[in-house]
Amino acid sequence: MSIAYENETLPADVEIDVEAVKKLTAEQLDQFGAEMDAIRQRVLADLGEADADYIRKVVKLQRGFEVAGRALFYLPPAWPLAVAALSVSKIIENMEIGHNVMHGQYDWMGDPGLNSRMYDWDNVCPGEQWKYSHNYIHHTFTNIVGKDRDIGYGILRMDEDQKWHPYYLGNPVYAFLLMVFFEWGVAMHDLEVENLVAGKRSISENKELHAGIMRKVRRQAVKDYLLFPALTGPLFPLTFAGNAVANLVRNVWAFNIIFCGHFPAGVATFSEEECENESRGHWYYRQLLGSANITGGKLFHLMSGNLSHQIEHHLFPDLPARRYPEISHEVQEICERYGLGYNTGPLGKQLFSVAKKICKMALPPRQPAEQASH
Amino acid sequence: MSTTAPLGTPLARLGQGLLRSRVLAALTTPHGVDRYLEMVNPMWAAEEVRARVVSIDRETSGAGAPVATITLQPTATWRGHRAGQYVQVGVDLPGSAKRMTRCFTVSSAASVPGERITLTVRAHDEGQVSKFLVGEAVPGQMVHLSQAQGDFTLDESPATPTNNHLLFITGGSGITPAMSILRTLLRDGYDGKAGRKVTFLHYAQSAEDQIFADELAAIAAADNDVDVHLRYGDHVFSEFELRRLVPAFADTDTWACGPAGLMALIADTYAASPRLRTEFFKAPRTTVGPAEGEVSFERSGETAANSGATLLEQAEALGLKPEFGCRMGICFSCTSRKTEGTVRNVLTGVESSLPGEDIQICVTTPVGDCAVEL
Repeated sequence: MSIAYENETLPADVEIDVEAVKKLTAEQLDQFGAEMDAIRQRVLADLGEADADYIRKVVKLQRGFEVAGRALFYLPPAWPLAVAALSVSKIIENMEIGHNVMHGQYDWMGDPGLNSRMYDWDNVCPGEQWKYSHNYIHHTFTNIVGKDRDIGYGILRMDEDQKWHPYYLGNPVYAFLLMVFFEWGVAMHDLEVENLVAGKRSISENKELHAGIMRKVRRQAVKDYLLFPALTGPLFPLTFAGNAVANLVRNVWAFNIIFCGHFPAGVATFSEEECENESRGHWYYRQLLGSANITGGKLFHLMSGNLSHQIEHHLFPDLPARRYPEISHEVQEICERYGLGYNTGPLGKQLFSVAKKICKMALPPRQPAEQASH
Repeated sequence: MSTTAPLGTPLARLGQGLLRSRVLAALTTPHGVDRYLEMVNPMWAAEEVRARVVSIDRETSGAGAPVATITLQPTATWRGHRAGQYVQVGVDLPGSAKRMTRCFTVSSAASVPGERITLTVRAHDEGQVSKFLVGEAVPGQMVHLSQAQGDFTLDESPATPTNNHLLFITGGSGITPAMSILRTLLRDGYDGKAGRKVTFLHYAQSAEDQIFADELAAIAAADNDVDVHLRYGDHVFSEFELRRLVPAFADTDTWACGPAGLMALIADTYAASPRLRTEFFKAPRTTVGPAEGEVSFERSGETAANSGATLLEQAEALGLKPEFGCRMGICFSCTSRKTEGTVRNVLTGVESSLPGEDIQICVTTPVGDCAVEL
């Protein structure tokens, strides 16, 4: 395991205690896992009307913002309002609804409209493909360098254990571009372009994926950049621009929330050897140490799809996200007892930490001689 | 049955055409028109079929499980049904908020698109949906429907008189499809007559448990070509009695529907006569105990003794290649439909015997006999 704390530049107020991320014994890990399982079981047994009402209320709210946004484009002076409403709609749809529904968090309801096998979200990435790379690859192999493609998404260098290359000098630029074009980055993620370049993957393997992406892109583009603008007649350019801005706002917001999930200082990564034949307890342990939370109010949690509780989400990816805040108290209490770190902080602090890492990882490691001797 | 369908009018047809148009589909992608319409009015739909409960009328007063006739006003998307067909009915159960879906025969005469229909339902002790519909549903409530399904139908015109003798043999709530056919014959035939000789033989627990008692008495008394024979209690089906009522039964078009015991006797009597059409009410299999029973994978036709391993492992042991991801119950890649049998979730220890249930096969073991769509 490597801990991405910054020895020299570590500010005094950073709460990451190196001792806190020490290895637990196999027995402790089993106990830790059992306590996590107990939380999971308790919540599962309690799922019911309150959870169903919540998600249906959120869907209704989102549809309201969406319809309001589309309609306000007919009033040119209300353009900023229209963009704001549509941006909010897209953010809630992608994060609190899409991401969470496609995780299977509401499959127990048996409602086809809220089922992970049927749902597709309002962005250019086909849900079917995202579920493979996200639910399976990322959530199973979280933060295992070499297996979790979400460490840098095949574009960025986000961990010491990723070998440096002069290409990574562009790290901050790539990160900025990924932020602006985030939905496109997410859509292309499954094509594993970095593996194509490295010759580890053939173009023919991508044929079907590529067709799926193009189908989704076409539908999204026709909706946002042709039909809705055309429906506003002479206001076509304004509506077109407004839809583009709403998609951009969603991209920037989603990127920032998601980058705070695994990249702030203090988040641990793991090697494949460490995770060979790992126990359920170790899997929980890796999820905990490999994720970071963002503190905030109720509205912030809704707008982040409760990914502000990334730790709880990674421990219990299939529990309805509205449960994460209540669970987080128990998780923190358990972490304290086991002497495990619980990485959390306000958005500004976590973002600053991520930005610093993006820049730092652009440069070659400081002790190349020592690295080479490994 | 009155046609309250608001969709016969040209205006309504135009509306339906608009709702199903490609433009509206493109504007509402990826969610579809229905996900927006349902927010405004649950009776508005472009593709899905829903229905509003109009009334619930008790049919029986006997000691057996209560029976009620539920009158439903479907959405304009209901394409109508042929007499004898059934429909899948989904209800969101209060409390658990889980949607349960079960099949029920339509008991009213053949319907046209958008027309009201009735279901006649017996509230089985273990039947959550039937108990809800009979005991808890209230007028105004919405239920989810499929289009009509099934081939246990009258395959000749009910409006054209013929000399083709028709025979119905039913038991208990198996009377419903035969009743739908009989009602259609009397409604569409000439001058209240079925237009051909009809023999209607039914077995019920007692006179108090007789469904449609008044209507059957009226049909029996009227001059309409229909002979009604009702048998109660220990009076079981016999070839002797059938031969007395319909000497040429083996050469008579026959529809039989009822509990397994009755159906076995009828099948023996008819041997391999192609004139016999049957519809079974499946009795749930209830073997209990660890690593007992037989696991069948329906799509591949593979069957093997239950080894106690997860369904995914058992499927793979038989050479099947079901889709899977994490193999630890978090990614939902392997979700498959269990059609019958009891299964245990190895993570939660919860056992479930619901038919037609989606399960994660990587964390589910069979408890006794079990069938999965794989």
